[in-house]
Amino acid sequence: MTVAPKREDYDVVVIGAGPAGLAAAATSAEAGLSTLLLDENIGPGGQVFRAIASTPVTDRNQLGADYWIGADLVQSLRASNAEVIQRATVWSLDRNLDIAVSIGGASAFVKAKRVILATGALERPFPIPGWTLPGVMTAGAAQTMLKSSALVPDGRTVIAGQGPLLWLLAAQILRLGGRIDRILDTTERGNYFAALPHAFAFLTSPYFAKGLSMMREVKAKVQVVSGVTELSASGDGQLASVSYVAGGKRETIPADLLLLHQGVVPNVNLAMAAGIEHRWDDLQLCWSPVLDASGNSSVAGIAIAGDGAGIGGANAAVVRGRIAARAAVEALAPASAAKLPAMATLRADLAKAERGRLFLDTLFRPARQFRIPSGDTIVCRCEEVTAKDVLDSVAIGATGPNQLKAYRRTGMGPCQGRLCGLTVTELMAQARGKTPQEIGYYRLRAPVKPITLAELAAVPKSEADVKAVVRG
Amino acid sequence: MTRNVDAIVIGGGIHGCSTTLHLCLAGLKPVLIEKDYAGRHASGVNAGGVRQLARHIPEIPLSIRSMGIWEKISDLLDDDCSFESYGQVLVAENEEELAVCRARVAELNALGFTHEELIDAAELRRLVPAVAETCPGGVVSRRDGAANPAQTTTAFRRKAEQLGATVREGMAASNIRYSDGLWHVDVGTETFAAPVLVNAAGAWAGKIAADLGEPVPVETVAPMLMITSRVPHFIDPVVILRGRKLSFKQFKNGTVLIGGGHLATPYQDRNETVLDWKSLATSAQTVFELFPVMRSATIVRAWAGIEAKMKDDIPVFGPSSRHKGLYHQFGFSLHGFQLGPGAGAVMAELIVNGGTQTRVSDLGIDRFHPSTL
Repeated sequence: MTVAPKREDYDVVVIGAGPAGLAAAATSAEAGLSTLLLDENIGPGGQVFRAIASTPVTDRNQLGADYWIGADLVQSLRASNAEVIQRATVWSLDRNLDIAVSIGGASAFVKAKRVILATGALERPFPIPGWTLPGVMTAGAAQTMLKSSALVPDGRTVIAGQGPLLWLLAAQILRLGGRIDRILDTTERGNYFAALPHAFAFLTSPYFAKGLSMMREVKAKVQVVSGVTELSASGDGQLASVSYVAGGKRETIPADLLLLHQGVVPNVNLAMAAGIEHRWDDLQLCWSPVLDASGNSSVAGIAIAGDGAGIGGANAAVVRGRIAARAAVEALAPASAAKLPAMATLRADLAKAERGRLFLDTLFRPARQFRIPSGDTIVCRCEEVTAKDVLDSVAIGATGPNQLKAYRRTGMGPCQGRLCGLTVTELMAQARGKTPQEIGYYRLRAPVKPITLAELAAVPKSEADVKAVVRG
Repeated sequence: MTRNVDAIVIGGGIHGCSTTLHLCLAGLKPVLIEKDYAGRHASGVNAGGVRQLARHIPEIPLSIRSMGIWEKISDLLDDDCSFESYGQVLVAENEEELAVCRARVAELNALGFTHEELIDAAELRRLVPAVAETCPGGVVSRRDGAANPAQTTTAFRRKAEQLGATVREGMAASNIRYSDGLWHVDVGTETFAAPVLVNAAGAWAGKIAADLGEPVPVETVAPMLMITSRVPHFIDPVVILRGRKLSFKQFKNGTVLIGGGHLATPYQDRNETVLDWKSLATSAQTVFELFPVMRSATIVRAWAGIEAKMKDDIPVFGPSSRHKGLYHQFGFSLHGFQLGPGAGAVMAELIVNGGTQTRVSDLGIDRFHPSTL
């Protein structure tokens, strides 16, 4: 069934139904604003609460208590008057707050007084030799299958990388009876010392106890190798083995499935296409939007909440969603803001939710060798461009990612830079002796997700254009 | 500190880069000043059409001159610019449009131009098999083709630099003034001085001209383009329509570029454009009707470059009508890319020799301001 938006204009349009979007839409609608929530998945939840309303996994312990918090958020959204459309892919947003959305193969246009972007995070690219082989996938993709279909690996499985989500996924796979042969931890040893000054905040955060027990649970069942470097995947048209160095020794193990993960980064495509200013975050090693304390971006009327505003995790995302929605209510219907929790309360909640984040960011800061590849390692999967190709283009005058497009078409394929953008920026910055901020990022343009020509052709035309055609 | 050079070129589009290169070839030491980077705007993001077809008559001599350079572009730039020559075809969708085509080709022939050729339905079908059966014919310009615009503009800049040009990117030219027989221009903390100043600043050129007392009827526009995912090879030449706003080109990698001149809203001060999807939908519908093979292709990206459009749709090209040593090269009105190589060569001749064999007299700024020189 296809449901088009009921109106052409809304007070607030929220894009993305993860923790931030669910909280923002519910808050905005509760305050009486006309609110539309657009989400491209088949059900609400985003990645962290994926399939929250439909998962076949019924034993609550298997996905963990944190997952089921999502059910309460969905509950309050459904109790509100917010209009919610699933399988709705927003493919254009501009500084006039005009939104183009594809729903069931047909596009509609809506206009908002305020837009709250809650488009979440993407997994950071993990460009190692062989990462494009069938049999190598991201941990996030494995988690999607696990949550939505209760599918877990049963072949020889290796998980490599670092970060809290890697341990969470490992625990979830094991609880559902899946197989993991080895975990290759790529956390750099130096990170432990660097993170030490932030340890107190972490020890007193909710992450600590949960994280520790999860790692203990996984380590009891799976061999974990730490200090892994020089990771590569190989095989003839299909993953056959994984090779790495640890403790000065190279080891090669047979594998059917390699799951890679080195953290998540803001999903910036829609925000950048709307013209929102972003800056390079030197700690999280990614682009983050420039926002004020209420999440307002450089484009008037657009706020960003959740991991798209800078990685903060699900709890922080919920609070950021409420803050952005409250700011929208204050702007559009100040009298109704009194019904909502005070901004000071929300900001205190956010500080609490963000406690320990600095420690995690520092500890799990991915190593240079896994961010900046060399030689024949593929950087751009869509156009099969290697690290060497990028460096060759730099040598003949490509100064940044946008110039590189002309030489190599990097970022111009269907993924629109999602799988190569950070790598290209850092690789070019290293080659040119500049900072990533100076090198910049791809200029992103709509459609942020591809739409078919037939769908675009079916869009209602503006009056002037119809006349122009008739005139010939 | 002021640095003396032979010429100052403002604007790193294909025109500024080409003129800079040709000045180097003539033995001069120019400086090229570009506020962003070479090819950042229209020159780097246009449709890449290398087209003599359907041009305004006053600019045809320049276009023909340019075509000769395009055909040997590798010799000039050590870069093939991805130039390919499968012709450009103008499609008439009905008999009335074909009659207009016939009259146009006859007019050109009478003027001695033979690059445009009237074709019938059979030849149209041979050149463009995928075109709808109902189209009765059109016009072909067989030497035309397409190139990669960003690659081309960058190649001009690179070659100019190799031949001794000074290039300043990322800093705007400011405080343009004339004193003691020299043009002075500030760039960041530097000042350049030269007897020759070329205004090739694209969408920003109108303001420079006006500030120097030569305002012209020019507006800033941003023609939109979109590109599809890869589809099986089905077309070689660039196709444009006689009656509707559409141009169409399939690249070697299978992607298809759809253009035609629908306009986005430019925000020139921010280097930004806001696309008009309802107009792009019109282009999509035209493609949908004419090329059924394209219906399931996906649109991967759409964009628009900022450029200058003259009220009379032909460029401002040649010496200033008021100031010694000042030359204008802007306002190419959505069709300047193909002219770039030839315009640079001719501009260098005007500057170095004081004249050129290529007829460009109809393009001068004196059509708006009688010469006071």
